[in-house]
Amino acid sequence: MSKINLSLPEVQIREIRINSITGYQGDAKELVIASREGLKDKERSFSQCLGCSTSKAACMTVLIQDAAVISHGPVGCASCLHEYTFTYRVNSPLRDVMQPTPRRIFSSNLKEKDTVYGGNMKLANSIREVYERTNANAIFVLTTCAAGIIGDDVEGVCQEAEDELGIPVIAIFCEGFKSKVWTTGFDAAYHGIARKLIQKPRKRRTDLINVINFWGSDVFSDWFAPFDVKPNYITPYSTVKGLKYASEAAATVQACSTLGGYLGAVLERDFGVPEIPAAPPYGIAQTDRWFRALGKILKKEEIAEKIIAEKKKKYLPKIENLRKKLKGKTAYVTAGAAHGHALLSVLGELGLKTCGAAIFHHDPIYDSRRLENDQLAQHVSDYGNVTNFNVCNKQEFELVNALNRIRPDILIARHGGMTLWGAKLGIPSLLIGDEHFAMGYEGLVQYGERLLEAIENDEFVKNLKKHAINPYSKWWLEQPPYYFLKGGGGK
Amino acid sequence: MSKAGLIEQERYTCAIGAMQTVVAIPKAVPILHSGPGCGEMIAGFFERSTGYAGGYTSPCTNFSEKEVVFGGINRLRDIINNSYKVLDTDLQVVLTGCTAGIVGDDVDSLVFEFADEGKPIVSVETAGFKATNYEAHSLVVNAIIDQYVSRFESDNKPKSEKNTVNLFASIPYQDPFWKGNLAEYKRLLAGIGLKANVLFGPESGGVKEWQTIPRAAFNILVSPWYGKEIADYLKTKYGQEYTWFHHIPIGANQTEAFLTQVLEFAIQEGAEVDERKAREFIKHESRVYYEEIDNLATFLLEFRYGLPNHVHILHDAGYVVALSKFLLHEVGIIPKEQFITDATPEKYQEAICDDLKSTSDKRQIPLYFEPDAGNAQEILRKIQHKGRGLIIGSGWDKELAKEKGYDFLSAAIPSPYRLILTSNYAGFTGGLRVIEDIYHIVLSTYA
Repeated sequence: MSKINLSLPEVQIREIRINSITGYQGDAKELVIASREGLKDKERSFSQCLGCSTSKAACMTVLIQDAAVISHGPVGCASCLHEYTFTYRVNSPLRDVMQPTPRRIFSSNLKEKDTVYGGNMKLANSIREVYERTNANAIFVLTTCAAGIIGDDVEGVCQEAEDELGIPVIAIFCEGFKSKVWTTGFDAAYHGIARKLIQKPRKRRTDLINVINFWGSDVFSDWFAPFDVKPNYITPYSTVKGLKYASEAAATVQACSTLGGYLGAVLERDFGVPEIPAAPPYGIAQTDRWFRALGKILKKEEIAEKIIAEKKKKYLPKIENLRKKLKGKTAYVTAGAAHGHALLSVLGELGLKTCGAAIFHHDPIYDSRRLENDQLAQHVSDYGNVTNFNVCNKQEFELVNALNRIRPDILIARHGGMTLWGAKLGIPSLLIGDEHFAMGYEGLVQYGERLLEAIENDEFVKNLKKHAINPYSKWWLEQPPYYFLKGGGGK
Repeated sequence: MSKAGLIEQERYTCAIGAMQTVVAIPKAVPILHSGPGCGEMIAGFFERSTGYAGGYTSPCTNFSEKEVVFGGINRLRDIINNSYKVLDTDLQVVLTGCTAGIVGDDVDSLVFEFADEGKPIVSVETAGFKATNYEAHSLVVNAIIDQYVSRFESDNKPKSEKNTVNLFASIPYQDPFWKGNLAEYKRLLAGIGLKANVLFGPESGGVKEWQTIPRAAFNILVSPWYGKEIADYLKTKYGQEYTWFHHIPIGANQTEAFLTQVLEFAIQEGAEVDERKAREFIKHESRVYYEEIDNLATFLLEFRYGLPNHVHILHDAGYVVALSKFLLHEVGIIPKEQFITDATPEKYQEAICDDLKSTSDKRQIPLYFEPDAGNAQEILRKIQHKGRGLIIGSGWDKELAKEKGYDFLSAAIPSPYRLILTSNYAGFTGGLRVIEDIYHIVLSTYA
């Protein structure tokens, strides 16, 4: 069972809470079936740098307009967070934040003596100083491996600081070593937000829907308008106050269930905000289901039907036209879980053949426990099976090996660093940062046009291929890609 | 300085950031015995810094709860073994993170087992809480000398090549101009008759060059403080003396001083250089440089629509001192309050102050050592001077410059607003490049 318990400071990690895994080799259909019957994770005897929860927790807190964030650890544990200041500034016009303020990101700068004597005092002083310096409306404290292992009482220190300063001071437990599934960091951030910021609803609003997402373009305002509803984007670009009353929304929708599944479930279970029982709207069939589910929850089914009919009339001919051009093309997808599944559906809808996927982890079921939200199952039933479907947490050596064998017409990636390997092999490679780009009927058109453009403009990758530097051994490229996954032959 | 000792707006990272020192050696690979996020943090900090086998290519044990409780040595053994199968590399450097450091895994013994089989492998402790990446750069280099270079001593007799030198200057990736700077130092030193091992980047000879480190007649240290431990170590280990130039030579005055200092030291150390030819080379380089300055002076003096007249620099000590000297004397921009953000150890601070003081005998340049760059910005926010201001710093400073209505040149990391490939700021040509960059930015404001 999903174990949501807001009375505990720490979120339960995904491996335990919803049985998420990071190693699997097979096809999509088998994985969907295995997910229902109990899934076993597989270890690797070779691995490369992964990524950890702390930066995921950071992106859901740093981008809250009026909050400050302290990484409680050595300086290294906050050193990539500057990327979010860039994101915040660049994407702010998409959310009508016309005067984006500098992000306030601190490190408590733990040193060797702190690992001996403990870092509690340093953290307490840091929180005070950050408050003086920033006047933030909330302060988030992210834990790190060092703080976790030395056993600092982060919860206690934050609670005392909260009492002293009179603003929420929120401990987020996201030590890297705790979970192999870095998206646990999202859950950790949401857990802290739900415990300390979100208030019990004063009333139920019928004009507001929570949208849990990253920092993508604002597609939901237009989609919600016919229902007389506005999106409440959380948590990037939200405010501390806006988060407080997320509990009053009529419903919650997700841009990506791997991102927001936990928060959606908490809002439903502990605050009475229903999550719509449909995976995000990628692909025609799922977009139909999603609008219908939305209409139903808002008791405006006829509006949903009207939107579906109008949009289909407008976009289906364009989609059909793109299908003709993309027919027979092969694609390989590497991306995070639910969004990766969404991309598979988009490709399926546009008529491409997906010849493989490396998805960073797999959640057999989301915290809502609703099968309707399982995007991979939807994909298999809407578009059929995907062969060479693997769960692989950004293990580049496996990706390079698989791509080298499969040689698709295009590589679709969703996280940084992965497109390089498609390009080095001369494969047109596409990364789209905006998670809303392919959503809905119009998204299929936009995405299809980008696919065509990427496949057509292959001069750069063809040239790069001729000069590519490859650190991988000849031996390795001749082994099966999952050689080092348990049961794969390698030791 | 922050009372709590916190850091806002990081401009350096922790010890494991010295994995970039490994990445900068052609075909070397860092192997991380660390938590799963360390590599991501470092790759994200430096950006566009994967090199041959850094970033997501680097093998890592990715500590989990299991390794924290039971130790991670067996996991590390598997990862090292399989790294040899999967990746073609010339040198492997195992770096430890906080997790391994606190748990107390005996990495040295394990790595020694591999080294004993003849593998070119080295281990170095880089737990993040132990040091900054500025400091850990020396730890990594010294570990490679100690555990790898030393194996080749029989073929590389100490001080056996009179005109060869080892150069320790830019820290790879932390100095965004490291590639260009090292290439330029190499070219300049060749001009005065010396063959320089630059050890990092495409102008180095990879591990083969590292093996010949003992042969050098002497060493050159270009740095206010970081890297000094390398020069000290080589002095004890191979008896190589070193000549120490305390800041980056940018522009003609400092580059002439640098080359002259090295030339005189080389002669003293018995190098067989043609002094007349060497001095002629310096003169020639200087002439080429001043042809540009001469031509540019009219613009600097007459441009009537406004140019910056004063500058604040937020950078490491090497750049703060070098750019202050250069901009004052060779461009005519007055250095005002300056901020050194590299967490300079206290013992070096006085010498750095003196070096900056020597810039001018008629003006004081206020200097702050402030690793907490958020606080440096707080100070700078309150400072106002007459005329148009310029801030040279990292991406963090762009917003402050905008707020103050100053021009902004990105020349430190993190560098989200500027790509730097092989440009150099060191040397005569480096000075000209600084000028190009500043006035490119200034002139682009006139639309």
